[in-house]
Amino acid sequence: MTVLDVKDLSVDFATEAGTLQALRKVSLEVPANRIVGIVGESGCGKSTLINAVLGLLADNGAVTAGQILFEGKSDLVHLDGNGMRALRGQKIATVFQDPMGALNPVLSVGKQMRDIQYRSGLSRKAKDALSVEMLRKVRIPDPERRLAQFPHEFSGGMKQRIAIAMALLMRPSLLIADEPTTALDATLEVAIIELLKELQKQIGCSVLFISHHLGVIAELCDEMIVMYAGEVVERGSTRDIFHNPRHPYTKKLLDCDPARLSRREPRLPTIPGTLPDLRNRPKGCVFQARCEFADDACSTMPPDRAVSASHVARCWHTDETAGAAA
Amino acid sequence: MTTEPLLSVSELRVRFRIGGMMSALAGRRTEIEAVSGVGFTLERGQTLALVGESGSGKTTLARAVDGLQPAAGGSIRFEGRELRDLPKKDWKPLRRKMSMMFQDPVGSLSPRLSVRSLLAEPFAIHGLSGRSLEAEVERLLALVGLPRDFADRYPHQLSGGQARRVGVARAVALDPELIIADEPTAGLDVSIQGEVLNLLNDLRDRMGLSMLIITHNLHVVRQIADRMAVMYLGRFVEEGETEAIFRAPHHPYTAALLSANPEPDPDKVHNRIALSAEVPSLLDRPSGCEFHTRCPFAQAICRTQAPAPSAVGSSRLTCHFPLNGGPSAVEAIAAS
Amino acid sequence: MSEQALIERQPRERIGKAGRVLRRILREPLGAFGLTLVVIVVLSALFADVLTSYPPTKLAPAERFAPASLQHLLGTDHLGRDLFSRVLHGGRIALAIALGATGLSLIGGIVLGLIAGYGPRWLDNLMLLLFDAIKSFPTVMLALTLVTLTGPSLLAVLIVVVLVNVPGYARIIRTQTLVLKSAEHVMAARSMGASTARILTVHILPNVIGPILILASMDIPVVVAIEAGLSFLGLGVRPPLPSWGAILNDGFVNIRDSYWIVVAGGLPIILTTLGFTFLGETLRDVFDPRLKRRE
Repeated sequence: MTVLDVKDLSVDFATEAGTLQALRKVSLEVPANRIVGIVGESGCGKSTLINAVLGLLADNGAVTAGQILFEGKSDLVHLDGNGMRALRGQKIATVFQDPMGALNPVLSVGKQMRDIQYRSGLSRKAKDALSVEMLRKVRIPDPERRLAQFPHEFSGGMKQRIAIAMALLMRPSLLIADEPTTALDATLEVAIIELLKELQKQIGCSVLFISHHLGVIAELCDEMIVMYAGEVVERGSTRDIFHNPRHPYTKKLLDCDPARLSRREPRLPTIPGTLPDLRNRPKGCVFQARCEFADDACSTMPPDRAVSASHVARCWHTDETAGAAA
Repeated sequence: MTTEPLLSVSELRVRFRIGGMMSALAGRRTEIEAVSGVGFTLERGQTLALVGESGSGKTTLARAVDGLQPAAGGSIRFEGRELRDLPKKDWKPLRRKMSMMFQDPVGSLSPRLSVRSLLAEPFAIHGLSGRSLEAEVERLLALVGLPRDFADRYPHQLSGGQARRVGVARAVALDPELIIADEPTAGLDVSIQGEVLNLLNDLRDRMGLSMLIITHNLHVVRQIADRMAVMYLGRFVEEGETEAIFRAPHHPYTAALLSANPEPDPDKVHNRIALSAEVPSLLDRPSGCEFHTRCPFAQAICRTQAPAPSAVGSSRLTCHFPLNGGPSAVEAIAAS
Repeated sequence: MSEQALIERQPRERIGKAGRVLRRILREPLGAFGLTLVVIVVLSALFADVLTSYPPTKLAPAERFAPASLQHLLGTDHLGRDLFSRVLHGGRIALAIALGATGLSLIGGIVLGLIAGYGPRWLDNLMLLLFDAIKSFPTVMLALTLVTLTGPSLLAVLIVVVLVNVPGYARIIRTQTLVLKSAEHVMAARSMGASTARILTVHILPNVIGPILILASMDIPVVVAIEAGLSFLGLGVRPPLPSWGAILNDGFVNIRDSYWIVVAGGLPIILTTLGFTFLGETLRDVFDPRLKRRE
């Protein structure tokens, strides 16, 4: 079953200087029980995509086309405020970069975790028992005692664990994690990744994991989606994409990661050029201005070409990009 | 050229007072030592990277070297001159030779000043307005690869990478000897990180700069630094040549940091050295070797006796049981 | 790194800043209304001599308590003085005091606030204590004390208003300066060797002045009211100089027979206060990004 199915989603923002097309024909699937990563640089539309899924687009933004199907039925695009609120925090949970966004500084952790379970109808004791169990799962030592503590009494890494515990408390079917490890040190980052992996298996939810860190995506995700300038340029299994990238942007992005270099290089690879102005999108392929494969064909919008059964790239030149130095 | 290193720091200590009068009355400790007896030398043309987790004291150390944070002990010698307790007026000429880049690419630029004013500022501060400022601004923009018309932009109109370039341009404006860069690539996309590192490497080679880089990103260290120093709780635990340390870290903490780097390869099998517990508080430093609370290899002696500094290969480190023989040995121990 | 930030970061087309602000003010109904009132009040005060046919202090015993007519647009008072002329000339005094006092308070508040925020801790504590001490005096008490010492005068009003306003402005500037003191762009300026004066004027002041300018524009009506109040009590502008507060007082005594005097004194106070308040609030909406409405 597919937990989240986004089909041809387009989102526009009205700005002072004209309409900005933030997402164009974005399609992606998050199958049940899988961890799907979204990778892309600033301005690629990751945040807009999540906000669209959560029904939290800014007032000047609107979905102009497409569908967001959750668990195969409800189209989140047309869901009203109440319906959306019933899903958020219960069926769709979120973890963000800053755990303090999820934690109220003036309430104890135990109280906040009880509040999340307001729909469960359990007794206070039963709720606390569940909270303790969840805190133990995210490896907070001595959870019974720590339930009474306030967020500021925890370290940064622990706060993020608590935020994850709170997100998973209601056993959601989808966890959206938006750069949850970006603000953490590497040692804590790997600990969180390993924790997420384990929890996902235990709880059996799907995870949509957003990161700009290729290493984290490679280690954590089963499938991945590469975004550029508001479009999904390539999607497939993590292995396919890291070993056989077919969109020129993906290739370049992977090449840029200094983590792939095992020694000092005189010149680090970069991607020359800049993002196109999203108010004035180029006709056709969005990457053509920075692409070495670009030709006349690229001035018409490329199709989502299937490279293999589960591997799709939005490019006219997927045949030429095969095997060309990765 | 003298044989004296450009910068030599020894036994440097920086303390912060925390809490107020009340906690002092209550008999609680009111001072923490964020940098605790650190020493290193930086030769001309060299790049040294300070690495460590947040709270390890690397930024404080850099600010102490730059005179933004008073030192409580030790010495900082720049071109043979003692900087500690240097009177304010004597600092000013030194500011031309030493420039610092701060962490936030946009936030370290004054928000109401245009790029032109930002780039002209070092000249204005040091009374060099006699030169043609407009020409200098153009020269600097060209140096960091920004188009001329960027002179009229304001910081909020710049992307992180562009703002970082402006920061670099301003840092090299007066032809300094030393650049101190606090997380020069933090918050930048990978493709932009490469550009900034290439730029810094270029400028270093062209202008003969020395650099002190603070970062928690080990991949950056490998691409830019000749030497690296790993900080833990305000002290160096290992210091040596970058390549040598990457090949064979000797301190368990260094090894743990190196192994904690997620790599962009889905098939990579990770043999991580898991660090137990949290970073201890500076208010309550552990006894003996301060790393023993998290070290997977800690023995009885580590809990009671602080290790003396020793030299292993080209590295200096403080550890009772240094790791030998490179990462494979680390993995062997980690697996056992 | 949110897209929202990126969207807002795109360079805008260059329209004159003042023009853009004006357009935005006029787009808001209250803003347009406020601006119109303010323009009317300011123009009529500026051109008081041209617009009126009687000097404001000319007595005409024969025409005492005349109701509004074509000769006397707002009627006359108990001494036969033309109220229309007194109101317009009173506007000059009201605006002069309001603008002068607010301007002086701004300068004082900015200087003291920068010193308190950027200077050493002990000085900051001392100045805060001083600000609180002044603030704890009720305005009227302060005015009474001052007037007892110096006698009622324009200057006394000015001093009272400045004394009352400075601590508030200084506190706001101080708090923001304190925040910016450790901001990276200020650290960067220090690291380049910038002098304290340069840091304060180039790197801090331009970033803290916005909110206080808006606050000051909203304080102008308060000052108008203070001046009117003090003059009403006989503690401010001395007769025969025209002042709205004094007119109000004259009318108050004769309110049973000649209601128009109170109207003549009260209406301009209300209109000016409303005008500046609406304008100030609109300005705040235009400038303060936290309260700005999305477009």
